[in-house]
Amino acid sequence: MRSQRYNPLPGFGLTMGCTILYLSVIVLIPIGGLFLRTLELSWADFWRLATADRALAAYKLTFGASLIAALVNAVFGTVVAWVLVRYEFPGKRFFDALVDFPFALPTAVAGLTLSNLFAANGWLGQWLVPLGIKGSFTPLGVVIALTFIGLPFVVRTLQPVLEGFEREVEEAAATLGAGRLRTFFSIVAPTLLPAIITGFALAFARAIGEYGSVIFIAGNKPYESEIAPLLIVIRLEEYDYTGAIALAVVLLVVSFCLLITINLLERWASRFQN
Amino acid sequence: MSIELKNITKQFGAVAAVNQVTFSVQEGELMALLGPSGGGKTTVLRMIAGLEVPTSGDILIRGQRVNELSVQQRNIGFVFQNYALFKNMNVFKNIAFGLKIKKWKRRDIKARVAELVSLLGLEGLEKRYAHQLSGGQRQRVAIARALAPKPSVLLLDEPFGAVDAKIRQELREWLVTLHHELSVTTIFVTHDQEEAMEVSNRIVIFSKGDLEQIGTPREVYEQPANEFVARFIGVMNVLDTEVKAGVARVGELQFGTPNQPDGARLRIGFRPYAVQVSTDVNLFPYRAVLHRTYFLGIMLRLEFELASGLVLRSRMTKEEYAQLGLEDGKEVSLQIRNYRILATEEAALPPERQSAYQPPPSIAENI
Repeated sequence: MRSQRYNPLPGFGLTMGCTILYLSVIVLIPIGGLFLRTLELSWADFWRLATADRALAAYKLTFGASLIAALVNAVFGTVVAWVLVRYEFPGKRFFDALVDFPFALPTAVAGLTLSNLFAANGWLGQWLVPLGIKGSFTPLGVVIALTFIGLPFVVRTLQPVLEGFEREVEEAAATLGAGRLRTFFSIVAPTLLPAIITGFALAFARAIGEYGSVIFIAGNKPYESEIAPLLIVIRLEEYDYTGAIALAVVLLVVSFCLLITINLLERWASRFQN
Repeated sequence: MSIELKNITKQFGAVAAVNQVTFSVQEGELMALLGPSGGGKTTVLRMIAGLEVPTSGDILIRGQRVNELSVQQRNIGFVFQNYALFKNMNVFKNIAFGLKIKKWKRRDIKARVAELVSLLGLEGLEKRYAHQLSGGQRQRVAIARALAPKPSVLLLDEPFGAVDAKIRQELREWLVTLHHELSVTTIFVTHDQEEAMEVSNRIVIFSKGDLEQIGTPREVYEQPANEFVARFIGVMNVLDTEVKAGVARVGELQFGTPNQPDGARLRIGFRPYAVQVSTDVNLFPYRAVLHRTYFLGIMLRLEFELASGLVLRSRMTKEEYAQLGLEDGKEVSLQIRNYRILATEEAALPPERQSAYQPPPSIAENI
């Protein structure tokens, strides 16, 4: 006799099948294909292509600028989420909607707008450039574009967590003698940290893959303001598929390792939750 | 005098959540603030703690006016209804938090936390986080955390609201024991009159922001200051009557009320234990049928339907019930031993009146 175990939630077989199929078609097969194509390369060729000086400069810019942008968003996104959740003020809904703007705006439009804004004759550029702050056509421009597109991630991840944060917890700290700063750093911040890290990871991942908005503001000078995704496109336009694939694989592996690290970090930060 | 409130008023916008409240709490007392929700009792507790600022009036703790003192400076322990544990800290760190802020030495903190852990029966849970604790354990951690810095007053907001009935009973008994051991002045808020009666030395009763009465559980039960208190504390049969020839009447029921003019409308109230029951249908003046019996453990709640259709509630023990040989549908006769005229809420109540000879009520009936 076969014993049958009933699951009170029906449809496991069907939904699991759909999930596997979907993830295979959308994620696994394309990535698998990418790795298969790299097999056409010898190890020496791969190494040469993947570690060319121009490629190294591009990785450095992509990962460096993405990291800075994600960190900036982690800090300011937290402040924005804090204000949007904790206080009532006129225009709150408008500002809340504004946060999603970077999601909705076509990235090319964002890139064009930003590069015009920070160009030497732009609204902001005409004041900043004389001070030596060049936003357009420099690595700084890359950071600006990536910060722009990454903002919603931290805010939207943090908002529900902040909304669920009990006011009484802060009051309890106050009755025990803790001042505002102490309460924030000992209790509020550690409780929010896992969500901040999640938002940071999302913003970071998005920034690494970002292409559209960056190429308009970066100036795309090789060795200086050329991001890795752009270099891949350049290789493709040169019909150098293997070159493009070598770069793509490096980008993929490094991103994967970074995301795993961030995930572990988040798990550590949320060790006090179920 | 540990805590004094003098003419405390708290307005939220145009609404007075607390209205001209004055009372004091003795050193070492265990006091209950009782009232229906929205009565202002939690607001009073929060004002004592400094979490709310009174609109007018003075709060004194040990003779010192604390209106201007911040929460941090008041040296009170506060236990929140939802416990408000620090989720990012384990039990040990939760309890140690207040001590760290007061810059105790590491060794002293360890000793004090160990002391509280054993006092509250939290041994072996020091390394756990809030989500790994049961409701009762969380509650005890919250109390340990509040007690750790040796506060001059312990304030608890609905301390037993969020746990199930069995644990609630345990926690009540345990709070009484704890208070007995520590004798720290304690004030707790509750909407459960039974809980207030069982746990506290004295009860302050609030309704709609007004202080209705202060007294020992016995005083508020036996000498309610007004109709609100009489009806809020314990169960009461309440009837609207009309006076005719010095007797207040409703249906076949008659209550002697001398000095009342004809046509006066009086509200009469009496406790369930005041309803005396006999299976001899001719013994007492009112004929009735036992309509329904509710089993409450040692006590039974009975509903009698009079010939006129009025329903009276009574209580008795299982033994009395068995002795009388009662069952649903049985015909009985009733009398009402003692009753009260419930005046309007503002006026003081006249003392209880007695209709005939009656034996003293047994203790079990006082529920």
